[in-house]
Amino acid sequence: MNKKLPITLAALLIAGAAFAQDMALHDGPPKFGPDDPEVKAAYEEDGRWYTADDLPTFNIEDDGTIDWMTYSGFRRYHSECHVCHGPDGEGSSYAPKIKFSAVNMDYYDFYAVVADGRKKVDAAENSVMPAFGDNPNVMCYLQDIYVYLLARGTDALPRGRPKARVDKSDVIREDENNCLGT
Amino acid sequence: MKRLLAITTAMALCTSGAMASDSVQAEIDNPDQWVLQTGDYANQRYSKLDQINKDNVGDLQVAWTFSTGVLRGHEGSPIVIGDTMYLHTPFPNIVYALDLANDGKIKWKYEPKQDPDVIPVMCCDTVNRGVAYADGKIFLHQADTTIVALDADSGEVIWSVANGDPSKGETNTATVLPVNDKIIVGISGGEFGVRGSVTAYDMNTGEQVWRAYSMGPDSDTLMDPENTTHLGQPVGADSGTATWEGDQWMIGGGTTWGWYSYDPELNLVYYGTGNPSTWNPAQRPGDNRWSMTIMARDADTGMAKWVYQMTPHDEWDYDGINEMILTEQEIDGEERKLLTHFDRNGLGYTLDRVSGELLVAEKYDPAVNWTTGVDMDPASDTYGRPAVVAQYSTEQNGEDVNSTGICPAALGSKDQQPAAYSPETELFYVPTNHVCMDYEPFRVSYTAGQPYVGATLAMYPAPDSHGGMGNFIAWDNINGEIKWSIPEQFSVWSGALATAGDIVFYGTLEGYLKAVSAETGEELYRFKTPSGIIGNVMTYSQNGKQYVGILSGVGGWAGIGLAAGLTNPNDGLGAVGGYAALSDYTALGGQLTVFTLPD
Repeated sequence: MNKKLPITLAALLIAGAAFAQDMALHDGPPKFGPDDPEVKAAYEEDGRWYTADDLPTFNIEDDGTIDWMTYSGFRRYHSECHVCHGPDGEGSSYAPKIKFSAVNMDYYDFYAVVADGRKKVDAAENSVMPAFGDNPNVMCYLQDIYVYLLARGTDALPRGRPKARVDKSDVIREDENNCLGT
Repeated sequence: MKRLLAITTAMALCTSGAMASDSVQAEIDNPDQWVLQTGDYANQRYSKLDQINKDNVGDLQVAWTFSTGVLRGHEGSPIVIGDTMYLHTPFPNIVYALDLANDGKIKWKYEPKQDPDVIPVMCCDTVNRGVAYADGKIFLHQADTTIVALDADSGEVIWSVANGDPSKGETNTATVLPVNDKIIVGISGGEFGVRGSVTAYDMNTGEQVWRAYSMGPDSDTLMDPENTTHLGQPVGADSGTATWEGDQWMIGGGTTWGWYSYDPELNLVYYGTGNPSTWNPAQRPGDNRWSMTIMARDADTGMAKWVYQMTPHDEWDYDGINEMILTEQEIDGEERKLLTHFDRNGLGYTLDRVSGELLVAEKYDPAVNWTTGVDMDPASDTYGRPAVVAQYSTEQNGEDVNSTGICPAALGSKDQQPAAYSPETELFYVPTNHVCMDYEPFRVSYTAGQPYVGATLAMYPAPDSHGGMGNFIAWDNINGEIKWSIPEQFSVWSGALATAGDIVFYGTLEGYLKAVSAETGEELYRFKTPSGIIGNVMTYSQNGKQYVGILSGVGGWAGIGLAAGLTNPNDGLGAVGGYAALSDYTALGGQLTVFTLPD
């Protein structure tokens, strides 16, 4: 198991009630740039990167090589999320620019919305985010998707397929298999 | 007189007395009306009205407009019966009856109550492709798969029935086809592991008459091992499970969300099935029959007469659901009953619709590169199969490998937006996409009601071309040739209309309604409507005056893929984002615009 996961779950329970604020506020522009301490990578552990506050984040080398988690997030995002949120987290006629949501919501709120879903259905809007809580293709890769969108939302990563990446670490591979039950 | 003969023959074949097909055909034969979404049973989208023609279409003016009150992708079109127009909306699927004799006053409005949880289960926007009419009833197939029969005069519900279960990812975007005393309906949800089916309900009671699955044992697929044929050969026993590994067929996709056509003489219904799920081909070895297949089924029993699988073992999400256009044309000196189909895979197929014989299979966009073509030799082991180019095979390149430069992209050289056919020019007018992709498949697990995709895509305009993402083409289905092609900046996501006025209409994603010469493609008229067009052009006549109607309201796949623009990885970092974003041209809307000539 990812040793960060228990922290995440605990925080999820606390944050569950707090996320019901207006998502439109999170649509952008982004609150942080790529070098802000809120998002800047401070240390690496088994192929995953974290901020000084121990929150998951992306890491991009000087030559543009990105960490595995960010690359994996690119792949999973364009499988599970882009049919509503558009390519590269850029939003669509259907759903908001989620790349900014990742920057402007904190990690736990973001996690809670993905797991539980949300609805804005009234005379002016028919906007529904489904609950992905029981979808292993999303939940086993949520940290990946989050750090990818964080990289997109802070403009650290340009649109399109990332050019170069580091390989998947053994720990990440093992955690994936445990999560998927394979 | 040919058509009258056809009706007489059909009546002679019918045994159970008066059939709605005959009354529907009689309504269709009055060119003042637009009775079905497809214009007619043959899906030709051709009108005999010629008051608006190539000489005066340049004078076209807006006659009236109507706001639908919904800001989502507006596909389909209104229909007109007598003095009443019936207009549908995307989710929540409101239906308006507008009194054309009384300045479009709302006669009645029907708004179903649907659980909003269906919204995110619908892949790619909450579109709906419209209502159909038969025998005094309006038929609506809602997003949540509820089918409702409404009294055309009052809007009262006569019956309703649930065709599927949205909690398993089963939804609907398609119209229905009224045939004989039945309503033929399909289902969506290929990206949720739904097993596709076509179902016939009794038009008067809503009772289920038959259901034919796209895969499964013969009792599910309604196939006869001996008498159902694939390219002239019997399909054999349990052909709907024989090319699958294990139980994968139970979540096998092959959904049926496209258009349906009908030949009353043969009493056959024609439609195509969608992609096998998942998008990761390594997880479903085999041909995955009968996904990606043209189906010809008996309208009364559902039994399959013939089938043709266009893309065995799909590796690119090339759904086969696009419309089947039925024509009577001469080929090699012989008058034949033909079926023409522009597939997502970029090939334009012409078949004999009596026997299912494959006559023509040619690329209708020169950019198409995943195949070198279809084996047309009946003696060959690979007869009817497309030859796959290894470089673009996501199966051969394998899981976790990014295959690049595949044309067309997953949305196909053409998606559901229907083409039109003019019997005068014998040309097909086809709205197309000119978009390519990178495709990387990977392993996914199945959870009921959750997306089941398993591939990452990046899409971009076709390289080394005009830089735009679409074309509007005229196609010769006998010779398999493009006659002319109009480059468009964005994919053409609007259904075309051809008329006896020697003109063809279509809409663009920027919001233009355009009229072009049926002969040359020369542009004769354009008008920018309030929002991007993904609806289909229709025409009708009232009090001796011809009108042309089109829904605006950007959305659908186009609104998702193009809203922020596409990027071309081949252009290097500097040019990323350089491609035009649709959001620079148009915004959400929901409006009907009706055009006519000045008095």
